[in-house]
Amino acid sequence: MKMQKKRYVLKFPPQSGDQPFSYHLVKDFDIRINILRAEVWPGKTGSLVLELEGTTTNLKNGIAYLQENQVSCEPLNKKITWDHVRCISCGNCTAVCFAGALQMDPVKWELQFDPEKCIVCELCVPACPLNLFKIDFRE
Amino acid sequence: MGIQKTYEEINEKIRRGEAVVLTAEEVSQMALTASPEEIAERVDVVTTATFGAMCSSGAIVNFGHANPPIRMEKIRLNGVPAYEGLAAVDTYIGATACDPENPKYGGAHVIQDLVDGKNIELEAWGKGTDCYPRKHIKTIINKETVNEMILFNPRNAYQNYPVAVNSTSQMKYTYMGNLLPNMRNATYSTSGELSPLLNDPEMKTIGIGTRIFLGGTQGFVVWPGTQFNTSKPKNEFGVPVGNSATLAVMGNLKEMSSEFLQAAYYEKYGVSLFVGIGIPIPVLNADIAKCVSIRNEQIETTVCDYGVEGSPALGRVTYAELRSGEIEVQGKKIRTAPVSSLSKARKIAEILKQSILDGEFEISKPVQMFPKNTSLKSLKEIKGGEQS
Repeated sequence: MKMQKKRYVLKFPPQSGDQPFSYHLVKDFDIRINILRAEVWPGKTGSLVLELEGTTTNLKNGIAYLQENQVSCEPLNKKITWDHVRCISCGNCTAVCFAGALQMDPVKWELQFDPEKCIVCELCVPACPLNLFKIDFRE
Repeated sequence: MGIQKTYEEINEKIRRGEAVVLTAEEVSQMALTASPEEIAERVDVVTTATFGAMCSSGAIVNFGHANPPIRMEKIRLNGVPAYEGLAAVDTYIGATACDPENPKYGGAHVIQDLVDGKNIELEAWGKGTDCYPRKHIKTIINKETVNEMILFNPRNAYQNYPVAVNSTSQMKYTYMGNLLPNMRNATYSTSGELSPLLNDPEMKTIGIGTRIFLGGTQGFVVWPGTQFNTSKPKNEFGVPVGNSATLAVMGNLKEMSSEFLQAAYYEKYGVSLFVGIGIPIPVLNADIAKCVSIRNEQIETTVCDYGVEGSPALGRVTYAELRSGEIEVQGKKIRTAPVSSLSKARKIAEILKQSILDGEFEISKPVQMFPKNTSLKSLKEIKGGEQS
């Protein structure tokens, strides 16, 4: 079976804090989980950025399981926007992007953004002198 | 004695459409196989450029007189304070000016909005005089309503600049970008072998009166820039290894474009202005040909610790190393990132090259050369500020 690796932003309703979702994703759906970022406050909403690795079927079923339990699950790349039209390719964002998602093309010296590598650390947001990054993470 | 060309001979060629023009990057490549003498024979003009944040920038604006007139003694443009000590309706809006209540919108943003033709709210106050009876005005101005708007930048186009690192355990927020703790990144600013003053380190062709590309139009070098320093140590290729000479430049802001003049805000630092500058260097002789042939591996700069007071030097690296993505400082490998735009600088060098080829841009002999043997003074703190 072909394995897939995808990143998702999960949002939890306040009442879901006591449920072991990640345990079920691993145990029931054989999904490998890499937690990239977590913000959980008991009694309030929480959010989680996960890299999920598994077969297409297992990933589909695992996500369906989360959604059945009122946990929203959206692909990460939909949550990050970069206004590339206004970008001047100064490179300030690449200085703080240790995940390597933002890099300068070594030939053209234009900014390249690879959403697959982004771990939503958000350091690029204040680092951009033109304020061109918008990350819709907390909503 | 090799070839020696005059400014007028090169301009004649430009007018006839026969001038050979290369960018500084192209001539550096050519120099791998051609001697300075051959380059001086074959090339007439080399274009250099930079597009970086230059804080010491600003604009002179004349609003025109209202009826009844006002002697503006306090001025706000979109809430940003502008200088009030220039006659009745002249002002200077500095790029870094801002209202502390709204620190992310400053003078640079006002300048960019003016360039873009946007409406700006002007509010001004005066005490009221016999000839200027009015005490307050609140109105809208833009590019079309003002008499003049002139970009006048006292210090631009630094000849070389240090690399910034941060050895402390805290993030440092600087004009060189956000510096990660424990020297996890290093930022650098100039366009290296494309940078104007690195291609004419002795300033043999650049001086007062040099016609340049400024912010999308033709402007001029009007004076040595502030903090003009020719005493920095130089490396074996004659290039200063830290920030040294600077330029004061001027041009008609009404003709400029925000493609080459871009407002910026740095987190926990403040506002600045990215300025696009391109300078043509006439290849008058083999000596100048040698200067413009300089390559990134021959240009060195100093790595400074911006986390520590006084920014002590930690080492020296070349622009070739900086561009490779990693430098080594005191045995530690550090990831590098630029903070000025090389792609924009290249675009400016190409535009300038094309306008020279098209006969639209002629080179100019400086009316006066820059001073030599200048150094920097620091600000002494004199007790009580009183004369003894």
